[in-house]
Amino acid sequence: MLYKSVTESFNEFIIDRNDATCIRCKVCVRQCAYEVHAYEATADALTEDNTLCIGCRRCSALCPTGAITIRSNEEVFKRNESWSNAHIRNLYAQADTGGILLAAMGNPAKYPIYWDHMLLDASQVTNPSIDPLREPMELRTYLGKKPHSIEVVRDEQTGKPKLATKLTPQIKMEYPFIFSAMSYGALNLNAHKAMAMAAKELGTLYNTGEGGLHRDLYQYGSNVMVQVASGRFGVSEAYLNAGVAIEIKVGQGAKPGIGGHLPGEKVNDQISETRMIPAGADAISPAPHHDIYSIEDLRQLIFALKEATNYTKPVSVKIAAVHHVAAIASGVARAGADIITIDGFRGGTGAAPQVIRDNVGIPMELALAAVDARLRDEGIRNQVSIVVGGGVRSSGDAIKAIALGADAINMGTSTLLALGCTLCQRCYTGKCPWGITTNTPYLAKRLNPELGAERLVNLVHAWGHEMKEILGGMGLNALESLRGNRYKLRALGLTEKDMNILGVMPAGE
Amino acid sequence: MNYVIIGNSVAAVGAIRGIRSIDPQGNITVISRERHVAYGRPLISYLLGGLITEKRMAYLPEDFYEKNRVNLLLNAEVVGVDTGRQKVTITGGDVIAYDKLLVATGGDPFVPPIEGLAGKDRIFTFTTWDDAAKLKGIADDIEKVVVIGGGLIGLKAAEGLHLLDKKITIVELADRILSAAFDRPAGRVVAKKMKANGIDVITEDTVVRIEGDGAAITGVTLKSGDFIPCDTVIVAIGVRPAAGFLKGSGVEVNRGIVVDDMMETNVKGVFAAGDVAEAKDFFSGVKNPMPIWPDAYVQGDIAGVTMAGGSKGYPGGIAMNSIELFKVSTISMGITNPVEPKEYEILTYQDLENYQYRKIVLKDGLLAGAVLVGAVDRAGIFAGLIRDRVEVSSFKDQLLTPDFGFVNLPREIRSALFAPVGKVTGADEQARAVGH
Amino acid sequence: MKRIYMIEDVCIGCHLCEVACITEHSQSKNPVKAFLHEENRPISRCTVEEWDGGVVSFSTTCRHCDEPDCLRACISGAIQKNDSGVVRIDTEQCVGCWSCVMACPYGAVQRNLKKKKANKCDLCPDRTSPACVDACPNRALVYKEGSQK
Repeated sequence: MLYKSVTESFNEFIIDRNDATCIRCKVCVRQCAYEVHAYEATADALTEDNTLCIGCRRCSALCPTGAITIRSNEEVFKRNESWSNAHIRNLYAQADTGGILLAAMGNPAKYPIYWDHMLLDASQVTNPSIDPLREPMELRTYLGKKPHSIEVVRDEQTGKPKLATKLTPQIKMEYPFIFSAMSYGALNLNAHKAMAMAAKELGTLYNTGEGGLHRDLYQYGSNVMVQVASGRFGVSEAYLNAGVAIEIKVGQGAKPGIGGHLPGEKVNDQISETRMIPAGADAISPAPHHDIYSIEDLRQLIFALKEATNYTKPVSVKIAAVHHVAAIASGVARAGADIITIDGFRGGTGAAPQVIRDNVGIPMELALAAVDARLRDEGIRNQVSIVVGGGVRSSGDAIKAIALGADAINMGTSTLLALGCTLCQRCYTGKCPWGITTNTPYLAKRLNPELGAERLVNLVHAWGHEMKEILGGMGLNALESLRGNRYKLRALGLTEKDMNILGVMPAGE
Repeated sequence: MNYVIIGNSVAAVGAIRGIRSIDPQGNITVISRERHVAYGRPLISYLLGGLITEKRMAYLPEDFYEKNRVNLLLNAEVVGVDTGRQKVTITGGDVIAYDKLLVATGGDPFVPPIEGLAGKDRIFTFTTWDDAAKLKGIADDIEKVVVIGGGLIGLKAAEGLHLLDKKITIVELADRILSAAFDRPAGRVVAKKMKANGIDVITEDTVVRIEGDGAAITGVTLKSGDFIPCDTVIVAIGVRPAAGFLKGSGVEVNRGIVVDDMMETNVKGVFAAGDVAEAKDFFSGVKNPMPIWPDAYVQGDIAGVTMAGGSKGYPGGIAMNSIELFKVSTISMGITNPVEPKEYEILTYQDLENYQYRKIVLKDGLLAGAVLVGAVDRAGIFAGLIRDRVEVSSFKDQLLTPDFGFVNLPREIRSALFAPVGKVTGADEQARAVGH
Repeated sequence: MKRIYMIEDVCIGCHLCEVACITEHSQSKNPVKAFLHEENRPISRCTVEEWDGGVVSFSTTCRHCDEPDCLRACISGAIQKNDSGVVRIDTEQCVGCWSCVMACPYGAVQRNLKKKKANKCDLCPDRTSPACVDACPNRALVYKEGSQK
């Protein structure tokens, strides 16, 4: 195309516009964040620049007559099993620019998905299943350190049993789901409002991510987990005490070993105020915490935070699922964490080098199984709750995670999808067409927090219903009865070694 | 309670609705000297021009009088009011007692004693349905018309006759037509359009003699000495409050019937509203007649509510006219030609070529008036800004833009106007969420 | 009575409310036919205003006032308020004098210059909730019980 480089001209998507049904309302022109569509007044016609299209489908969704179809460009390079179109395109782009390729959201590459190789059990004849519509069914989840043993005494006055053991702080959640840490800055305030409102409505948690907590959201404190990351953005005494839990972010599944970078253009006044950095300044999260070089250092930070909050908040440590995750988790537990959050390699990001996102880390399923097993073996599983994230796509995946040993699930990508995301993977451009990962006022208002909150509540309700059905089918009436109960899982099409790590027997056995 | 309303136009209708909003029981009697049920008086030019049929003259739904249980007396002229015994006398001597009386008789056209006027057949005024009907009845015989007066009534009469292909000359004493509502440029825009339509407009002159032998008219002679041949003359100099029947009643009549903010006259229980009344001006607070249709409705409503025991105050009248002349839309409101221009700030935009003109009159940071010619869309926003006394200094430069809207206003004002009380939550129906 | 309220913060300036309004008031109520094939396409009763390239946008429409200024200004009686409070224009009766345009402080009466008729929101008598509200993809228009202001 004229004025386009050869690389740009190998566009990925094509806009199909049906002229017979296009009513020239120009919704597509107004809604495209990438200026693909244009209206030519003289010809009274809509035109498009396919090279700019990112395939977000905003235009086709809002076109009132369905006149627009986005399809992938079937024009291909010569078939090559080794060099995929994506490889070729990426290579061209790098040859053009000389830079690192940026990517967003979770690893989309074709790696095995273990969820799809595990099946759940159900009751037949020898044990009764439970109908969740008739019987009480509990998904309630408590996060926090559990004691090795408990002592129950009789209350002298009432004559009833009473817990004598003093428990460390626990977080009560009505669903085993947390809206995952996605920073204010990467996501806009509307997205954060939606998550906070939904968490409150559901009786569960929203994790602030590393960008601090906007002052308008302090009111949701009882449903907030505040995060402290290597950049320490927005961290103050008030912030640490604002929520019901604190999370130290060490790593992120999408980019283990890599820090973060919120470009200055995204740092508007409110983000600046919340993060406590100058407006327009880049917000750089270092790759490591410069005060953590060992488990002992981590312990210091954990207890510093506990001191700061007078031991009223459980502290979580979030790590990416990497090779030695089990050993690291053991160290984290021993460092005094109350919760370990493990983020698998399919976990999302607002921006990461594509080569990292697509090649570093390990699947959450394996990491979870390994960590759970290791902590059990060491007799310290009770000392921490395990929260997992990175690739949970449905209630089926979620309940398998519970059976593998998770206490709760971080919902990241699924949260964004519920808010309208279509996984176009361009969060880093700041031009999110759905108004989620953008701070441009024109785009950010596309996310109505109320509507977003409703959709998040709906999603969690739906998953909750499904999980209850599954539990009932297995004859269980509480999620607690399934935690770490791998006997309820069977593997299909996995190797002996995979099954060993997962601790799951093959189907049929 | 017996309510008697004299007159049956817009003020009376406002009053009937006003009364019924408070008192569904009382007896309402409406006395009208015309033979028609309430009709859209300003429509008479449309009727004359053949733009609408008689069927569409009716101002109210057919069941209005029945639904509001109004005893309607048509063809009945009130000849006297005895405020002491609370009775009105109508032609033929019938007497009707009232507890509350509303005078809403409007105005009578004023015909000055022009030489040669007496005895001529084709001298018309133009304020009633019957006036229009009479003109229409002889329309085939009319060729050339002189309209005396370039005000609203004169121009509307001219427009109606123009639609019937008559040759028209307008004679106006002032230096421009519609001098009450328009300033010079706006008058020029309209005059230009009228000339383009073949209508002669003569300004700063007046008819001194109507020529012709016997009942027939041959033309008129102007003060300047010019002679204009014509066969029909329409006198449209102005109207006077139709309050003659109040003589001796004790009701104070100045240039109109003097009323307070509740539309009550100096005589308790007697109210007046509409063109016949002299109520306070929105800006100055000084009482003067305001022959403005929407204002008549408002006054009628206030009178009705007050008569029925309710309470509603009058914010003051704002002159306001929407006139379309020869396909040029014009809207004017408020103070358009300040007498003391120094106290006002005036912003204008004009594009005579395309018949566009916009004038904004400001005083002390508030909008005092506006004239819009051509693009008159959303003119009411200005009316709202005037009425609500909104401080406009911060966005005054934008007042001239043709697409001026609420987006130009400070957000608080907009929110006050459009946002619901409290927070909007829990919409009843699930909205379609984007893209799903 | 139920009224249409706009929520400026989440109006995305897509103008679909206007598309829906035009469609609903067309002969076929089908957008493709209404825009491409029918004569005398209606004009929208709601108006989307925009500022700063759409950073500020919202859709305004008739408030169905308790004491409608348009009704009071109407010289032909074409504007009436029905028993449920809905203010409608009888287009047969309307003479296009634009008195309502002059009077409405909400700028909510439009001029249909082609037909020379005034035009305003009728709250979609054939629908359970107005077309603009149903078409809004972001719930920036809501239809609920509330006062005029």
